[in-house]
This record gives sequence, structure tokens and C-alpha cells, in this order.
Amino acid sequence: MTRRTPDVAPVTWLGMPAFPANAKVQLANDRQRANLTHATRTIRAKRAAVVSEVDDWEQLRLAGAAIKDRTLRHLDTYLVEFEKKLKAAGATVHWARDAAEANQVVIDVTRAAGADEVVKVKSMATQEIELNEALEEAGIAAWETDLAELIVQLGHDSPSHILVPAIHRNRSEIREIFLTEMGRYGRAAPDDLTDDPGRLAEAARIHLREKFLRAKVAVSGANFAVAETGTLVVVESEGNGRMCLTLPETLITVVGIEKVLPTFADLEVFLKLLPRSSTGERMNPYTTMWTGAHGLDGPRDVHVVLVDNGRTNALADQFGRQVLRCIRCSACLNICPVYERVGGHAYGSVYPGPIGAVLTPQLRGHTEAIDASLPFASSLCGACFDVCPVRIEIPDLLVHLRRQVVDEHKRGGLGLERLAMGVLGEVMGNPHSLRAAQIASTLAGKLPIPGIGRKLPGPGASAWTTSRDLPMPAAETFTQWWRKRSDAPGTDEEPDR
Amino acid sequence: MSLFITCINDTMFPHTGRAVVSVLERLGCEVTVPANQTCCGQMFTNSGWFGEGVKSVRAFVRAFADAEVIVGPSGSCVGSVRHQHPMLADDAGDAGLRHEVDQIVARTRELSEFIVDDLGLVDVGAHFPHTVTFHPTCHSVRVAKVGDRPQQLLRAVDGITVVDLPHAEECCGFGGTFSVKNPDVSAAMGTDKVAHAVASGAEYVVAGDNSCLLHIGGLAHRTKAPIRTIHLAEILASTQDAPFMAGAAR
Amino acid sequence: MSARDEILGRIRGALADVGEPDPARDVVLDWNYGQPLPMDDVIARFVQRVEDYRAEVVRADEAALPGQITAVLQRHGATAVVVPAGLPEAWRDAAGAAADVVVEQRRQPLPHDELNRIDAVVTASRVSIAETGTIVLDHAPDQGRRALSLVPDLHLCVVREGDVVSDVGEAVGLLGISVASHRPLTWISGPSATSDIELNRVEGVHGPRTLVVLLVG
Repeated sequence: MTRRTPDVAPVTWLGMPAFPANAKVQLANDRQRANLTHATRTIRAKRAAVVSEVDDWEQLRLAGAAIKDRTLRHLDTYLVEFEKKLKAAGATVHWARDAAEANQVVIDVTRAAGADEVVKVKSMATQEIELNEALEEAGIAAWETDLAELIVQLGHDSPSHILVPAIHRNRSEIREIFLTEMGRYGRAAPDDLTDDPGRLAEAARIHLREKFLRAKVAVSGANFAVAETGTLVVVESEGNGRMCLTLPETLITVVGIEKVLPTFADLEVFLKLLPRSSTGERMNPYTTMWTGAHGLDGPRDVHVVLVDNGRTNALADQFGRQVLRCIRCSACLNICPVYERVGGHAYGSVYPGPIGAVLTPQLRGHTEAIDASLPFASSLCGACFDVCPVRIEIPDLLVHLRRQVVDEHKRGGLGLERLAMGVLGEVMGNPHSLRAAQIASTLAGKLPIPGIGRKLPGPGASAWTTSRDLPMPAAETFTQWWRKRSDAPGTDEEPDR
Repeated sequence: MSLFITCINDTMFPHTGRAVVSVLERLGCEVTVPANQTCCGQMFTNSGWFGEGVKSVRAFVRAFADAEVIVGPSGSCVGSVRHQHPMLADDAGDAGLRHEVDQIVARTRELSEFIVDDLGLVDVGAHFPHTVTFHPTCHSVRVAKVGDRPQQLLRAVDGITVVDLPHAEECCGFGGTFSVKNPDVSAAMGTDKVAHAVASGAEYVVAGDNSCLLHIGGLAHRTKAPIRTIHLAEILASTQDAPFMAGAAR
Repeated sequence: MSARDEILGRIRGALADVGEPDPARDVVLDWNYGQPLPMDDVIARFVQRVEDYRAEVVRADEAALPGQITAVLQRHGATAVVVPAGLPEAWRDAAGAAADVVVEQRRQPLPHDELNRIDAVVTASRVSIAETGTIVLDHAPDQGRRALSLVPDLHLCVVREGDVVSDVGEAVGLLGISVASHRPLTWISGPSATSDIELNRVEGVHGPRTLVVLLVG
């Protein structure tokens, strides 16, 4: 059977190389690095400007974290309440243990609606479960309608950012993709298309309008799900969300179980935190809130799929569960010096950047090389925590997960590191051992070799000296100098320099 | 006060330790250096080896049990004591150790905190007739939370010219074992930091952490970038009578 | 076991450490909901913030409003206008003075392609937010169903000064009633926009590319 939607680059997350190898490849992509530097600097400045306008930002962050913690620690209660209110409002509620179950629900509902295509609102949950490919295999075409997702889909590409999946593309690349691909899947881009962002947006408007008008089924995610009322919330910018949420007859919303909020009033906190953290706006252009079916206004057949897919693993870790506070704003990606340089693809997951480095291993475990390497994909600079609207302690979580990886792999692939850490652990735990080791290091420092600049053998040392010089250890340690100075009574108190 | 020299300064940068002694004794402090000190253990903790890390915590507690005030010339190491030692003690399930850690944390200061807060000084009588730019290291700002104390001290130095470092708040890419586990990303970040330091027009890039400076300096040296590294303590120790001598004991 | 029961079971197993059954006592929350944001002039802030999004603000008193509706539609060259059945008659007539008017009845929604051929829509609104320049529709009869204010390219939205509150908290407080009455909500902050190309904001994608706010005082 021929494909109905653009085939995707052969990316299989599992089995892919570990982060350092991916990063090395991505670092060599000069155009991507330029695109990312420009984009992340732009969005950082916008975020900083609008956050500085809010006097009680820190109180808001604390409230956001507390509301999420309250929900997570009583998640069963809130999910049951949410389900009850949804049903009362005329929605059908499905539960899915994993990606395959969630995808099957969407396939079944779409077929029952007599449709062979769906329009999609940008959704991380559906990216996570790889819904588009599951639908394609079932003979159903999934059309991404968010501009960036459209760029990724038409570009046979994969997303590299939570908010702006095509952040690695610049305007001239986007023009090329539109000119080449749009006509194969619907209305072609005009021949005189330029790389002016306004013209590119207009081409997307024209290309997608016919799909919006004819679609019988839409698939969305949700930013928030209100237990008290059964209300779902989608926050967006372009109006593609509104199109999908209101024009088709059938709406299927795929929601991670952690998206629940206790009360409608809680939206106050999150609608202040999210837009400023995410797009750097005081408010995003459009937010839709719906509660089941609304008669002749919008879809009459309303489905909600509540997805676990590893979330209960994260929930079971008392320290790790805070990762489920995440509202997918992307502020941590935009501020991260590692993400800025390598982009999203190196992380081997639809959740890249700092949040991906702590979320992915908790959802998928860390038996795969890529997942085990993610907690180490950070210099622990801490900038991510500063910008996180729900105060996820990403640096401490990274360290927490490093410990889990080490514990799990101690007997396997960490032989050399185990040896080094074991020896050094003893040395640093015992001053006598340290002083003895320092005598050895000072002997090296006394060798007649220039003080800096050698290339050293050994895995750790060569990783250092590939691009950096390393000074020789000093010929006399500080403590040796101090002891000599203290042992020599009546010497000049002025330390020599 | 008791000097927490830190393992990297002890072994690789003894001149920084001597500079700390020099400036603190000049300011009238009685400096002691507990001989049985080792390391904050951060290398183990941040690599996921908590069992090895807690050995350093116990050694730290033993070494500084009697210290009145503990001063370390490193935002990162002091930050580790403050932030990670309580966590490691809890992780070991050792309530007694946690209690000792809490007592010691309350008495631990980063160098600039000690001078500005405990001694109440900003002008330490230093003289350093050079153009410098300051890199606020991530752990000094975000973990130890030293604020702008280092900059206050720098600005008060006689003869100095402090110029802004573009994108100063961005990590240099050292990150402890990150520098060897992810060497390419680490070097890419450091290369940008060196470029920003060079663009500032300064002769020296100053920081309160020699670990970051080891990385920045190693990259600058390899690429022959026209910038040198210096620890804040060495500037504060420099006076008209005993000026800092580049290359001396380095 | 059903997926539902299994997931709920996993959650309960994962939360075995949570001893306190009352969520509010378990996690204490220090937040004062629904508070206004102190500001000198709520209306001036609203106008400034809406204009920040490059939306047009036209101010009028009640008597001048119909004339302004006609003028705005003429200025934008609208030829076909849709209005919800519950729109005040004077506003509908004012739209009719500028263009052909289709009145959509609550029980007879226009087919999508017919709606797609219409230039402009005139609606009322429920509540607006000064600090963020946001207008909220709760799709009562004077606002029409959601698609009505979405598909046409020009949205002329009437906002009464009395419905403008300072900040998001106050608005959420007021909108609880709409949700309890089982109404959907649409929050609108400027025209449709995207930041997907190099993170630069561009106005005008799928929603109305032109938003004109008629502020009535």
C-alpha cells in the first residue's frame, strides 16, 4: 500500500547511540547551530521581558508547583472525578496503559466515524505514542496542522523542540520544503513563494484550509484537564487548534494522566505561568476550553483517551515524580547551553533538552544506551531550574537519575569508571591516602616537561586533551607548602608568592 | 577561620591557596588549615556514585568539626557542601551525620561571602592595574548563591578596569565529569565562553572557581586565544608592594 | 483487568507513601485566587495591550457604536458578514448597512463551505482582561458558536468597558459560571499568530487575520 502522508526519516529512538555520539554529529551541523543560537536567544529575551513584568512570579511558581504536587499525590482521586464529569458532559472516556493501546483507540474511533484521515492539533502526547505512524499503518492519514509540525511532517523530519518542533529550520529551508512537498499532499504552495515568514504562514493557511473544512475527525492533546468540571484546555497561537477543536464531527483528545488540575480556578495560575514561559507572550493568541460535547457548537462525538505510557513509573519515584509537574513550556530547552548547541535530535526522544533528560529515562527506563546517557547530558549549570514555571529541580533530578543509572550498570559497562570512582572514593574519604596520592602528583609536576599543553593517554584524560590543554600538577601542593610554613618557627608571616 | 582549600586548588592551583592566605592574613584573620581535609565529594555525587560521595562528607565533617568559620575559595565546592552534603547524609539514612552536616553548613562560607559578610569589607586594599572581565560561575551563583559579592570586591580594587563579559550568565561547559563524558559539547560551550571573554577586550577572565578556569584556560591556551585566567583571590592578594606576577608559581 | 482499573491500581501503588487522604491538607497551597491586579487605569491598560498584539481598537459610546460597526466593515472592504442570532438588532442593522448579512440561527449552523465564503463576523464578548489584552467569548447567543468567530478573516468584537477586568485571576473567577452552565470558552489575544519561523512572531495564520475590538464605554 502506498503511503498517504510523507514518510519520516528512519529515526528509531530505541537502539540509537548514546547522547555524546549524537551530540558530536549535531555539533558539526553549522547551519542548525546558527538557527538554534538565533532562535533560542530570541525566545530567551522575550521570556525574560514578560516574566520581569510579573511582581509575584515566584509566588506563582510556588503555587504552580504546589497545585501539581497536590494533583500528583492524589492522582487517582482526581482522575476518577475528571472521568465522571466528562461522562456527564457527554464525552466517551478511554484509558490506555501504553502507546499501542492509545493508538488503537484512535484508530477504532476514526474508523467508526467512517473517516480515513484526521486533522491534528500539535500534541506532545501523540508524538510520544507515535500516533501518526500507527494511523498510517492503519490506512488513516494524519495531517499535522501546527505550522512547525507541518514543516516537520512535509520535511520528512522529526521534531527537535517541544514548542517549536522545526526550530532547527530557517526560513529559506522552510520555503524549499513547502515548494517541493505541499503539492504532493494537497494544495500546492504558490510558485512565487518567498522566504518572508508572512508569505510562508499564508501558504500554510491556504494549504490546510481545505483539510480543516473537509475533516470529519480531529485529534488533539490537551494542556490542562480540569477534574472539577471535566473541562479540557488547549493553548495555541495559530487558530489551527480552534479549527480542529470546532469544525469536525468527532474529536479525540489524547491526554497524559498527569495533565489533570483539581479545579477550574487553578487555571488562573497556569494561564499566567505558561504563555510567559513558553512563547514569551503575556497571553497566547488562542485558548479553547471545552467540556464534553456542546450540542451544535463543535464536535458532537467527543472522546478522551487517558494515557499512562510510563507515567506511573515516574510517579512511583518519590523524588522523581516532580517531573510530572511539567507543563511542556520549553523554557528549559531555550535556556539550556547544551540544547542550544546540539538541538533536539541528539536526545533520542520527543522530549529533548533538560526536561527530556529527566523525563525520558523515567518514562522508558534506562536499559537502552541513549536513555542511560541522558541524565549525563548536562553540565548541571542550573539555568533550567531558574526558568521552570513549576520549579522542577532538574539539576538534582539529573543527579538522582545518574545515581540510578550507576547502580543499575555498576556490574556491567562501568568497569573502568567503577575502578576509578572506587579508588578515588577511598582517597577522598581518607586524608592519608590523599596526601600519598598528592606526593605522586607532585612528582609528575616536577618532571622536566613544559607546564601545560600535553596530550594525555587514557579515556578520561584524552577526552579532556582532545580540545583542551591541561596544566601539570603543581610541584608542591598547597598543603605541603602550608605544613612547611607552619613547621618553620619564626619565619616571615608573609606568605611567599 | 579554617581554610577549606578544596582538592583541585590543593593539587593543581596551590598559588590560589597561598593568595587566599595572603589576603585573609592581611585583613587580620588567623588562618588555620585543618590537615585532614580532603574534598567536597562533588565529583562522586554528580557522577552518581553516592556511596563514594558520602565518604567525603564524613571526612569533611571530621576535618572541620572544630572550625569556627570554614572558608572555601570555590563557589562550586562550597555549594556542594551546602546543597549536597545534607542530601547525601539523608540518602545514607544517617541522622547523626545529617545533624553534624547542618551544623557545619551553617558555618561554611565562600571566600567572597566571608570577606563581604563576615569581615564587612568590600575594599581589601588590593591593587591590580589590569583590564579584567568576570565570569560568574554557575554553581557560585545558583548553588552557593554568592550574588554579586565577587563583583563588589573586584570593583573596589585599586587600578583595575572591569569590563562586561557578553553572555556572562551562560555556563562555560566545564561541568565536572561532563567535560570528559560529553567532551564535544563541553568544548563547544567553552569555545564560546573564550570567544566572549576575548570579545570583552580584557586581559584576564576572572572567576571564583578554578575548575571552570582550568577548562576555559585549557581551551584558550590550546587555541592561543589572547586571554588569561585568574582566580579572584589572586587579584585580591595583589598589592602595590607585592603585585601579582603572571606565570609565577603557575 | 481493564486498562482503567490497572492504571488506577498502578497509581495507588505508586502513591503508597502518601499518608494524608485530604489533598488540601497534604499539600498546602499559598495562593489567593481571583485577586485583581492593582493598576491606575484598567481600560487604558487593556487598549495598550490589545494594540501590542497589532489588533485595532476603536472606542465608541453606546450611541455611536452602530455607526462604528458600519464604518469598520466598510473600511476593511467586507462584503459578506455573519452575525449570531442573539446579536443586538441595532448592531446587526449596522452591519447590514455595510455588507450582506447572514444571521446564523442557533439550531441551524451554516455549512463549513458557506461560512468559509464570508468575510467578516460581528460578535459580543463575555469578559476581557486588561493585563494580557485578552477577550473571552463564552459563546452565549450574542457571540454564536465557536466556528462563527473563527472561519471569517475579520473578527469585529464588541467589548463593554464594564466587562474589562484587571488580570487573569479575576477573569477565571467570573468564567466559572459560564463553565458551570456548560458553555465552551474561547480566549482571544490579538489576531491569529505564529512564532514557528525562527521564533519571530508573524500575525495571521488560520484564525481571523484581522481583529478589531470595538470598546464601548
